Amino acid sequence: MLEQYSHLAILLVFAVIFPSIPLVASWAMHQLRVRPRIPNVVKEDTYECGVETEGPTWVQFNFRYYLIALVFVLFDVEVVFLFPLAVALDDVLTFGLVAGLIFIGVLALGLVYEWKKRALEWR
Amino acid sequence: MSAWLLAAWYDLRDLSGISREITEWVASWGPEWLASAVSGAIGAIGILAVIGPTLMILIWTERKVIARLQVRYGPNRVGPRGLLQPVADAVKLILKEELVPRAADKWLFFLPPVLVFIPALLVWGVLPFGPHMQVADLNVGVLFLLAVSGTNVLAVFIAGWASNNKYALFGAMRVIAMTISYEIAMVLALLTVVFLTGTMSINGIVLWQQQEDLILIVLLPMTALTFLLGATAELNRTPMDIAEAESEIVAGYHTEYSGMRFGLFYAVELANTLVMSAFMATFFLGGWWLWGLDAWVPSWIILLVKTSLVYFVFIWLRGTLPRLRIDQLMTFCWKLLVPAGLLFVAIAAVERTLLLEYAWDRTIALPVMAVINAAVTVAVIGAYARVTGAGAHRAPAGPRMARGRLGGLRAARQLAQAPSGSD
Repeated sequence: MLEQYSHLAILLVFAVIFPSIPLVASWAMHQLRVRPRIPNVVKEDTYECGVETEGPTWVQFNFRYYLIALVFVLFDVEVVFLFPLAVALDDVLTFGLVAGLIFIGVLALGLVYEWKKRALEWR
Repeated sequence: MSAWLLAAWYDLRDLSGISREITEWVASWGPEWLASAVSGAIGAIGILAVIGPTLMILIWTERKVIARLQVRYGPNRVGPRGLLQPVADAVKLILKEELVPRAADKWLFFLPPVLVFIPALLVWGVLPFGPHMQVADLNVGVLFLLAVSGTNVLAVFIAGWASNNKYALFGAMRVIAMTISYEIAMVLALLTVVFLTGTMSINGIVLWQQQEDLILIVLLPMTALTFLLGATAELNRTPMDIAEAESEIVAGYHTEYSGMRFGLFYAVELANTLVMSAFMATFFLGGWWLWGLDAWVPSWIILLVKTSLVYFVFIWLRGTLPRLRIDQLMTFCWKLLVPAGLLFVAIAAVERTLLLEYAWDRTIALPVMAVINAAVTVAVIGAYARVTGAGAHRAPAGPRMARGRLGGLRAARQLAQAPSGSD
């Protein structure tokens, strides 16, 4: 099994090199003075609709993003608990199935609660 | 020995025969770890050698097909039928000046173009191209796929944050909100598949389909639909490309990127789409297996054809549907895909247990289950339409598209040739 992961590590090295090639090519073109690099004040400005950008960018964000993230964490963690059961169903059979169904039922109950609390509305 | 090595192929056309010979030659004089590393490297090079040219072709294919769907010509100037357009694009992007905004976080600004590419390439490692043609046949392949493809969001958020641009940050926040919502739907879809097949190895899922003589899209239509739509959302493709909605936030998280760095963001979208098409084909269309044809045709060609089919569906969606609003997307995910996903997880668990507990004839039991699942799918979608008020009565009575002589490129040409006022 460890050998399999080592192959993935080799693939990871290649996956870093592959997207670097065009970047290096672009950089080399710059070194060869084929690619222009003439910065000025206006070019280096933050992109905005023609006027200079106003105030800091990293501002407070709308609360609803936070809510979605919370719901996501809950569901993702709970769903990950179901993966082992899915693989082990051959051994636990009906008993495990009932336990799993109760777990899914609780999850569904949570979803219904969020629905009723209007946490799923994007407003 | 590596899975890549063991490929028992009967044919000169198969590439893994060559890879096995190289690895065996290395093993004959070198240490075992070197042979293993060589086989891993062959796999990695093989994957990149497939993806690199495929991306170039896909740029042309995607633009051309969308153009045809939207009654345009598409690229047709560079080379025959515009086939050299991707090359021209690449040359242009490499030679273009790269701007770095003064306000940007310099170090973080350079990372994302490379970071965003890594998951798109790494998940190919667990994709089976054939019975033994796989870089790493992990027994937790499905989890690996979910984990690695999920890290994509981080790179996107770094890009949005480091640009120090409001459009970029809004785009990044939208990506995160949408991606994590649809990730739940995708996880539930894959969980359904795992519940039914009882294995997390991706090759195992293909083997299950081969053993049962059935592709999973027949058995789990709703799950396949969820996976398709979840993939569309995770890829930020139209109709779900609110992250880079031109009319609202310029180009989203890559607003400030130019030159080849933008090119990488553009290419990674195609690479991710290709990955998701391949996994969709593997999970739901049987992967490298096709009712015994895989004994005569190299398995990776079968996978390639299926991947292309799914890819065409992605392009079709993109060319046909308008962009949706973020609240529509969120409602669709949390009120249809997630509840339906939970329901189908339960259904799949029950069906699997029934198959395990009772010695039913599977050639009869599985089709019956397929019919039940299809009925539940229709009921769930109908219920959703009723609850959210998007009933059938609101749909237009007939298509409003131009048809007959007024539809299609041919009609456009005729109109252009006809004297004005004649039509």
